[in-house]
Amino acid sequence: MDQFLQQMINAVSLGSIYALIALGYTMVYGIIKLINFAHGDVYMIGAYIGFAATTYFHLGFFVALILAMTICSILGVVIERVAYKPLRNSTRIAALITAIGVSLLLEYVMMFFVGAEVRSYPPLLSDKLIQLGPVQIGVQQIYIILISVALMVLLQFIVHRTRTGKAMRAVSTDADAAQLMGIRVDRTISYTFAIGSAFAGAAGVLVGIYYNSIDPLMGIMPGLKAFVAAVFGGIGSIPGAMIGGLSIGLLETLVSGYGNSMYRDAVVFAFLILILIIKPTGLLGKNIREKV
Amino acid sequence: MKKRLFLLLSLILVLGLLAGCSSKAPAEEGEAGAAAGDGIKIGVNYEKSGEVATYGQASIDGIQMAIDEINAAGGVLGQQVELLIQDNKSDPGEAYSIATKLMTQEGVVACLGPATSGSFKATIPAATQNQVPIISASATADKEVTTDKDGNVNEYVFRLCFNDSFQGVTMANFALNNLKAKSAVIYQDQSSDYAIGLAENFKKTFTEAGGTIVAEAAFVAKDKDFKATLTGFKDKKFDVIFLPGYYSEAGLVIKQARELGISAPILGADGFDSPVLKELAGPQALNNVYFSNHYSSLDQDPAVIKFIEDFKAKFGTEPNAFHALGYDLGKYIVDAVARAGAADAQKVTEALASTVDFKGITGTFSMGEDHNPIKSIVVIGLENGDQKTTVRVDP
Repeated sequence: MDQFLQQMINAVSLGSIYALIALGYTMVYGIIKLINFAHGDVYMIGAYIGFAATTYFHLGFFVALILAMTICSILGVVIERVAYKPLRNSTRIAALITAIGVSLLLEYVMMFFVGAEVRSYPPLLSDKLIQLGPVQIGVQQIYIILISVALMVLLQFIVHRTRTGKAMRAVSTDADAAQLMGIRVDRTISYTFAIGSAFAGAAGVLVGIYYNSIDPLMGIMPGLKAFVAAVFGGIGSIPGAMIGGLSIGLLETLVSGYGNSMYRDAVVFAFLILILIIKPTGLLGKNIREKV
Repeated sequence: MKKRLFLLLSLILVLGLLAGCSSKAPAEEGEAGAAAGDGIKIGVNYEKSGEVATYGQASIDGIQMAIDEINAAGGVLGQQVELLIQDNKSDPGEAYSIATKLMTQEGVVACLGPATSGSFKATIPAATQNQVPIISASATADKEVTTDKDGNVNEYVFRLCFNDSFQGVTMANFALNNLKAKSAVIYQDQSSDYAIGLAENFKKTFTEAGGTIVAEAAFVAKDKDFKATLTGFKDKKFDVIFLPGYYSEAGLVIKQARELGISAPILGADGFDSPVLKELAGPQALNNVYFSNHYSSLDQDPAVIKFIEDFKAKFGTEPNAFHALGYDLGKYIVDAVARAGAADAQKVTEALASTVDFKGITGTFSMGEDHNPIKSIVVIGLENGDQKTTVRVDP
């Protein structure tokens, strides 16, 4: 039992990170129906910005976190403007292939500048353990969980209580109608990219500190798993992405903790196939008929 | 208009990348050292660029230092030794063509390198065909290096490092005898032959001597989260964890194990030998951690102390295992040429095969019948991330 509780703590900290990345996928999909495969690489860039800020400029944790979020949101907007906007009216497959192209571009440009080797963060947060009854929880894990929860609450607030959020929901429901109502669709899409990328940047810094290891290809796997999380929760649904992220974290932890860690990734992707067969809209996804 | 701007920007980007590449392109060093003429030519076929450039460059520095010392002392057989240094760009195909070129066009008596097993294996056909010996100081793969797939010895292929499986055996003996361990957990990198070979040999030796393996688990390169598996180990009773793998994952496993309160000794092999291990795991996690290696800078042997001092004077840094192995390689090939009595590839091959008790920085060794050296191994213990203790384990 003690071990099970300990595994739950591992699962929640891993799941929070997937959830933060999954939010970006789901928001972008919700608004322009594009699976932004470059999203995992924005997370990687966030980790490197945090690394540069703390290692070379000796900034504190929160300053580095905010800096990474800011630069990543600018990067997200630039990617959207340069790579996706010109393709807004072309086929979906063209946009998807462009997204893969942007992903590879970010990975290998980064590798060109910083090299392929693994880097580690300076110690920023205490690595003390707190004994909670039978289980131990690290201070870093508490930070990850609290920051993720705070960001998700903030996102719910933005989406449901602000004008921008209202515009985002409107564009996501029907972009043409929203435009006719006087909503600036392009600007709203930029906001969506900015917020999603900022979350990925935050996840990058948190992972950099928690695992203490970053490299230019670090975004591929978490990116794909966050995508699975977003699909599981129902792509396009924000609460779905949170639930999906936590579920994937739980699934991975259970497989490596009680099964065989070699099957961890296989189980996650088999899960993706199962969802797509059984309930393609995901847990909280809406079943919308394609308009012809 | 916008399209044009876009084109222009992409053009600038592409040009920028190209310029970056060309400025980084390695300068061909060509013939270094002694003046051309009747010197004894030795080919040096190493990775000066590409993924494992640090291994190649360190080996070359070691070789160059050894040859400089020999030339300063009058050379060998009355002649100066001339190194022909070539860059194989960490590419096996390139390594093969360089080996062929050195053997057929330059007429070298032997080729040194490459540093990694994959590239070294690629040069074996060139050696066999041209009947010129090749020697690597760091190709540690178990299979198909000095022997072919049927187990026959490759006549012209030698190495002066022990192979991977030998480290697994040594660490099992170290756990049993030095740490008095009776039970162990194996947590291995399933994505490299190196780690799989180590794990197999550790398990075999440990269980044959009466030890028990209480749990086995695996990870793959690039994994970052090991906590779930490690939490699973926590409830079991064991004396040591054997962790065969490279520093990039091992560092994270050690960090996360210590964070979960697992304080048992963690054992590994030469894949731990990198300053990055300390950065990844953090110094306070690196206590009670032991790994096998070719050489230790803590060795109190006078020859080793002198080597370290000379090396520091020349390069300004502490030598690592690749420097030491390269240095031994330079000394070893010249020793073989001296014993052969002539700069003749066939005679040098025979001299290499019949080496007895060659004294090097990485230990004294004799060449075995399978062209693997019979040499002792060093087990290094870490305290707060620094190398503090060494134990020499004889074969």
